[in-house]
Amino acid sequence: MALNPDFVGRTYPPAPAYLVGREKIREFARALGSTDPIHLDLVAARDRGYPDLVAPPTYAIRLSMAAAENVVMDPELGLDYTKVVHGDQRFEYSRPIVAGDELVCTVTIDAIRSAAGNDMLTTRADIATVDGEHVVTSYSVLVARGTDGGDA
Amino acid sequence: MDIVEGMELPAKTFTITRADLVRYAGASGDFNVIHWNERIAKDVGLPDVIAHGMLTMGLAIQVVTDWLEDPSRLLSYGCRFTRPVVVPDDADGAQLTVSGTVGGVADGVATITLRAVCQDVTVLSKATATIKVA
Repeated sequence: MALNPDFVGRTYPPAPAYLVGREKIREFARALGSTDPIHLDLVAARDRGYPDLVAPPTYAIRLSMAAAENVVMDPELGLDYTKVVHGDQRFEYSRPIVAGDELVCTVTIDAIRSAAGNDMLTTRADIATVDGEHVVTSYSVLVARGTDGGDA
Repeated sequence: MDIVEGMELPAKTFTITRADLVRYAGASGDFNVIHWNERIAKDVGLPDVIAHGMLTMGLAIQVVTDWLEDPSRLLSYGCRFTRPVVVPDDADGAQLTVSGTVGGVADGVATITLRAVCQDVTVLSKATATIKVA
């Protein structure tokens, strides 16, 4: 089923602010097997000029995917979530996320297109502090694989 | 360190086991069943349980950040998830090898191209990071 093209440019109201926790950063870094003390050791992070533990670069996906869930679950958009795979991902950074950041994530639908029977949805999640400082933008392409003999 | 075009970054090989997938699911909040349930993974046409694309992406960038020793120099990072990393239910798991090359340097920004390979198959394409040169 084709996605509703009227949704391009739509921005969804942000979720409540996300407080980045030290232990969440440690947990995420350990799950990636990272040994860089900047993610694990507060003294090491401060020695390198950061106010607190530094999140690994892909940590932003925690916020952007959670926020994008509201979008992909929107029944009016017409995305069949059971067929969705993550196609592309890109982050553009102003600075690394650090523990103690209070972040607000605003999701916009950047593009909708269909190709080879698949629907492709590009979402942009702008992640900023509650004071409005931009931290990172996360672009995700979600692909809903078409069914055999589908109507795409 | 002068960063110049053609420079090779030290490659890394990562082992990904089923236990790593469970740990990443918990840490990331991504509990999609295809990353831990073999029955459902096969039901949807996959050969077996597959790794989270974001786990592969998160491992691959360590080739850049461990080399730079300063994550604040990372300006952008993106990739396409081309092929799944299939993780068998055994002690060896899957082996992911990541290497990187400086593709170009212009206006104080270097572009690094990453190659991520599992069982001779490229699993990420267009994997590119841009970094501040100094």
